[in-house]
Amino acid sequence: MAPSQKTAKVCRNPDLICGVGKFSRSKMYHKRGLWAIKAKNGGVFPRHDKKPAEPAAAEKPPKFYPADDVKKPLPNKRKPKPTKLRASITPGTVLIILAGRFKGKRVVFLKQLTSGLLLVTGPFKINGVPLRRVNQSYVIASSTKVVISGLDVEKIDDRYFAKQAEKKKRKGEGEFFEADKQEKNVLPQEKKDDQRTVDAALIKSIEAVPDLKTYLAARFSLKAGMKPHELLF
Amino acid sequence: PFKRYVEIGRVALVNYGKDYGRLVVIVDVIDQNRALVDAPDMVRTQMNFKRLSLTDITIDIKRVPKKKTLIAAMEAADVKNKWENSSWGRKLIVQKRRASLNDFDRFKIMLAKIKKAGVVRQELAKLKKQSAA
Repeated sequence: MAPSQKTAKVCRNPDLICGVGKFSRSKMYHKRGLWAIKAKNGGVFPRHDKKPAEPAAAEKPPKFYPADDVKKPLPNKRKPKPTKLRASITPGTVLIILAGRFKGKRVVFLKQLTSGLLLVTGPFKINGVPLRRVNQSYVIASSTKVVISGLDVEKIDDRYFAKQAEKKKRKGEGEFFEADKQEKNVLPQEKKDDQRTVDAALIKSIEAVPDLKTYLAARFSLKAGMKPHELLF
Repeated sequence: PFKRYVEIGRVALVNYGKDYGRLVVIVDVIDQNRALVDAPDMVRTQMNFKRLSLTDITIDIKRVPKKKTLIAAMEAADVKNKWENSSWGRKLIVQKRRASLNDFDRFKIMLAKIKKAGVVRQELAKLKKQSAA
């Protein structure tokens, strides 16, 4: 349908009181133009007959009847919503990680990935946190922001962090008795280069602010007298 | 024994309720417990004396002055500067500043404290050496 201007719905027969219209049946007949519809159709109202139904395809009896009546689960049409990012978290915010290997580390937020996790980097040279994903719930957003313009993180997404598919281990008795070949998980050089490029631009803008580098290198901890519910981050 | 009296023109600090922390002027006394209180940026209201902490500052006004007169009198007595230079006022300002500190600010303060302590310790060591020599 061609998009048309939405005219306001005008009521032809406004209610004087609930159940009583302003105009009588004969007046409404004229207002609705039913006489014109009749005239166009030769004095009678146009008839719309049902179309003859197409013959339904012959259904074959099923080959297999299950022994028990199995209940089918209800269809689930739920689409998970993308995680809502807290208003205090914007690209360049310094976040405090609260759990995991890097708990207490202050870290720079880069972007939110499609899975909802936050992409974050130390920078690695400053505090040893690499390009990493972190959940929003395990993070305190501080109000300190780092200038993050000119940083290209487009090519880093959830697939970047997927586990490498392992080679299938061949079944063989010999393998069991041999000493396990230590397959060291070496970081591919590509990831190291990515880390370096992302951090290079960041470190420049961090060094522009006095004390920010030492701030990011230090861990956060609660000291005596600090009340978290009264602290402003 | 008492130095600060409830009188018309006494500046007080609200220490309880919606206007916590505001400086107000007592413009009238209603009865034994309540005062009519006014400030340049609020509607004149009654307050129980228990909600007020009297300060040393008074201004020269008649009973229940108009807002304009009140503001003029406060300017004449320079209430704002007197308050901000008094030790009580300065303490409140420091408290507010400490409460509004950022995590980064707290870190910078820690570095500054350590630096200051280092300088003090150096001077002390020098003085000790002098007195020992």
